[in-house]
Amino acid sequence: MVQCVDFILGLCINPAIIDMKIEVKNISKSFAHKKVLDDVSVTFEKGKINLVIGGSGSGKTVFIKCMVGLYEVDEGQVVYDDRNFSDMNFKERKHIRQEIGMVFQGGALFDSLNVQQNIMFSLTMFSNMTKEEKLDRVNFCLKRVNLPNVNKLFPSELSGGMKKRVAIARAIAMNPKYLFCDEPNSGLDPKTSIVIDNLIDEITKEFDILTIINTHDMNTVVEMGENIVYLHQGKVWWEGSNHDIYDVDNKEFNDFIFASRIMKKLKK
Amino acid sequence: MKGLFLKPEKISVYFRQIKIEMVDIGYGSLGISVLISVFMGAVLTIQSVHNIVSPLVPIYAIAIVTRDAVILEFSPTVVCLVLAGKVGSSIASQLGTMRVTEQIDALEIMGINSSGYLVLPKIIAAILILPFLILITMFVGIGGGWLAGAVTGLINSHEFKRGLLTDFDTFNVQFALIKVVVFAFVITSVSSYHGFYTEGGALEVGQSSTKAVVWSSVLILFLDYVLTQLLLI
Repeated sequence: MVQCVDFILGLCINPAIIDMKIEVKNISKSFAHKKVLDDVSVTFEKGKINLVIGGSGSGKTVFIKCMVGLYEVDEGQVVYDDRNFSDMNFKERKHIRQEIGMVFQGGALFDSLNVQQNIMFSLTMFSNMTKEEKLDRVNFCLKRVNLPNVNKLFPSELSGGMKKRVAIARAIAMNPKYLFCDEPNSGLDPKTSIVIDNLIDEITKEFDILTIINTHDMNTVVEMGENIVYLHQGKVWWEGSNHDIYDVDNKEFNDFIFASRIMKKLKK
Repeated sequence: MKGLFLKPEKISVYFRQIKIEMVDIGYGSLGISVLISVFMGAVLTIQSVHNIVSPLVPIYAIAIVTRDAVILEFSPTVVCLVLAGKVGSSIASQLGTMRVTEQIDALEIMGINSSGYLVLPKIIAAILILPFLILITMFVGIGGGWLAGAVTGLINSHEFKRGLLTDFDTFNVQFALIKVVVFAFVITSVSSYHGFYTEGGALEVGQSSTKAVVWSSVLILFLDYVLTQLLLI
């Protein structure tokens, strides 16, 4: 009885206890009569590292951009915790967008702002924090991504890996509920890629975020893929976890996953 | 266009952006505008002396020609055409680069009205600061004319001053400033449009920049004709 009351109180006090999910329902998207996404339906849940994988041109980036509203879907719906994002107007979407953090492929840091200003940007726009509080939050985020003392550097002065880490720090500055990463380790050396992967994994678990990663990095797939969605020619071709990838009887999927010698050896 | 006029997320941030843009567009263009104006005024004076050879025309008429040409056409139109090149290409390439490097997408994801945040401050800043810049170029242009006349001995300072004060119509200045406000809007909005909707990579950013300058210049010339027809005739 006491446990039951505690649980109900917990739901009222901390909405994060409710299982968060993003439901993608039958979305389609075309560009100039070319169908890039065709009737895609997937559900992503909190607590897992969700990966969207697929070859170049398979529609991964379009898929993730449709989910966050950067592209409007032609058909279907994207639902964030029972809130139909696709049918919302700009003003209504604003509230959900403030719950979203996104790490772009190239970092997408604002060139004219230094690292501190980049991370502080959304705090300045949407919070009533004092300058000291904002600075504390910036330093906390930078420390969390293992990048202390770079506050005054500009994006042009950072290496590729540092840019990605600053982008992650910026994405988590507003305590997001949903984190989207578009090929977070593209263009990085294998060691830095693993550092970025581990960082996203730690942050997902630590802050209880629903994370979706777009990738075609096989190390990420093998190490982190708790829920994998394989896109091929704009359709969901396969869904499963990293433990299931070795037993899939699907030519396109196997050609994609086990293209390299290392992966072939791993399968054997 | 609709996005420009949505309620800003934080008004203080917009004001700060407007101030930054005013410095960038106004102060940043001061040097080139002054340089052009000095030589424009000087050439105008010398060419007027060269062309007006009739003994019936008093020498101070040279100053009248220089003054009216600078105020009515050279400062507001020619300087704005130069600014369409300088400011317009800068805005288009800045926004184009932000678009292709996904910085505008990053703003959208944060829930910020990107067109309002990036474009509106530029338009307001240009409309506020360019009239002052053009007033400066008017003074400098006429000063350049006086300097050329005095240095070459074609028209002395006394005659030049007499010409400047003869039949001066203040409406000419008002007309010039109305033109500048319209041109400021054209330069910033057309360039922002081309930059904001860039698609592709570095090559397309360059193309957007070129289109921004060409279309701004064409519109300035066309509107110059329309406004002159409407307001002066």
